[in-house]
Amino acid sequence: MAERDVWILGAAMTPFRRYPDKDLIDLGAQAAMAAMADAGVTIYDMDVLGAGNLAEASSGVGQRLQKQIGQTGIPVYNVTNACATGATALRCVYMAIASGEAEMGLAAGFEKMGKMGLLGASARSDRNVYEPSGRYGAVMSVEGRLGTTLMPGVFAQAGMEYAGRNDGVGFEQFAKVAEKNHAHSTLNPLAQYQKRFSLHEVMNAEMMAYPNTLLMCCPTGDGGSAIVLVSEDKLKTLSSEQRARAVRISASVMTSDPWTEADQVQPDVNTLTRDAAAKAYEASGVDPQDLDLVELHDCFATAELLHYDNLGLCAPGEAGKFIDERGPWRDGRIPVNVSGGLISKGHPLGATGVANLYEVATHLRGEAGDRQIDGARVGLTHVIGLGSACVVHVLEKATV
Amino acid sequence: MGKQIPIVDYLVLDDGPPHLVANESVETGALYFDRRNADAKSGKPGFRRRRLADTGMVRTFTIVYRAAPGVPTPYVSAVIDVDGGGVVKANLVNVEPDPENVRAGLRVSLTTYVAGTDDEGTEAVAFAYEPIKEA
Repeated sequence: MAERDVWILGAAMTPFRRYPDKDLIDLGAQAAMAAMADAGVTIYDMDVLGAGNLAEASSGVGQRLQKQIGQTGIPVYNVTNACATGATALRCVYMAIASGEAEMGLAAGFEKMGKMGLLGASARSDRNVYEPSGRYGAVMSVEGRLGTTLMPGVFAQAGMEYAGRNDGVGFEQFAKVAEKNHAHSTLNPLAQYQKRFSLHEVMNAEMMAYPNTLLMCCPTGDGGSAIVLVSEDKLKTLSSEQRARAVRISASVMTSDPWTEADQVQPDVNTLTRDAAAKAYEASGVDPQDLDLVELHDCFATAELLHYDNLGLCAPGEAGKFIDERGPWRDGRIPVNVSGGLISKGHPLGATGVANLYEVATHLRGEAGDRQIDGARVGLTHVIGLGSACVVHVLEKATV
Repeated sequence: MGKQIPIVDYLVLDDGPPHLVANESVETGALYFDRRNADAKSGKPGFRRRRLADTGMVRTFTIVYRAAPGVPTPYVSAVIDVDGGGVVKANLVNVEPDPENVRAGLRVSLTTYVAGTDDEGTEAVAFAYEPIKEA
């Protein structure tokens, strides 16, 4: 299949916060306008719009965004795909450009969650008279009665499965992930939280679902991120300033989970990540050890540790050793989540899968300020939407 | 004792001792607790009912401290590899909810408990697993 090369021309994100005075479209528009300004283009240059959002997904968020920033009649793809929503919206634009249907497009992910509390809880209330209903003939909510499907517990179980199968992985190694990401966030003014915590504080915070304490769980929050993508052909016609700051997408891969036995009752976040990573490394020709930084989906500290292994950042089974040796710290072998990650930067669901590309692209451009990874030339982004969807991108500093 | 009803339809209470049943793909033997049009493993239709074993091994677990409203905490949620095939999620009971007492590889067996009673006195019976005491 012939594909055209696609580049990032502009990128932006709002600070991730809680914004009681802004609505969803305000956040999307702020990010979109900033991304286009960063790219040196306007809405009239866009051939396609991908809009990612969960909470208001049925409301035509892309068209609502257009009314805020410019209605030009271009095709709009409204996308929802769990926590991979933003990355999926971006891939809609990527595919339109790669296929030759568009030259330039805008991808925006935005979300307004406020304080939603635990995600994944069943909305069903217990009935006064039991009647079997639904796919499993349940007579009452099974949450907490037949195990847990709440997010802290689901990802705790994923982590404990890895811990059970690999030496040197336990509560302390998982906690070290959160210690690192909170520390990293102190350098990122866009992060929802910018406070450092000691390992002792992380481990002694309120236990949510062992081994995830409160400080090992991402917060809910609000925010937007947007990216302008451009074909290489079009990029060559743009100014030297625009070309100099453009970042090449060397691989853009999306997977869903193939059948596994346990996946029927407990989401398998590993197999589809491994599949996506293998394809991304093959497509880009990049080896994991070439990576200068990685932004991966640390919705919970347990998740990040798994993905060291899934993405090939460490030797098989050695994720515990990798964090013990400070490999993923910003001064380590492969810096991971120097933004603070979802744990501290925040996780407005629809925005996350765009914001991680913003972060890596900003480092490759050498524009990350205090948190800059010096000399960064190659980076990887990874996001997972439970259910599941995985998107991996490899970005490279290059010239055109 | 009033009428009893299983919390989910794959728990069978009225055919001998309580046990779990699944829909088994005739093509691959893959097991599903809900209805499927085709086997997710092979894409091929055709299923038969299969009774699962009552014993198994803890594949992974968590101890839940902050739970949905009305759920007593802490409790142990576990994923169980059932002997002879099948994976199921359930609570682990009759064990201290402490990481010192629960581990992957722990041998367990099926048990049941009353999860609630409705306004007509009908009891909802849930399944769980408990450690098998070593002889």
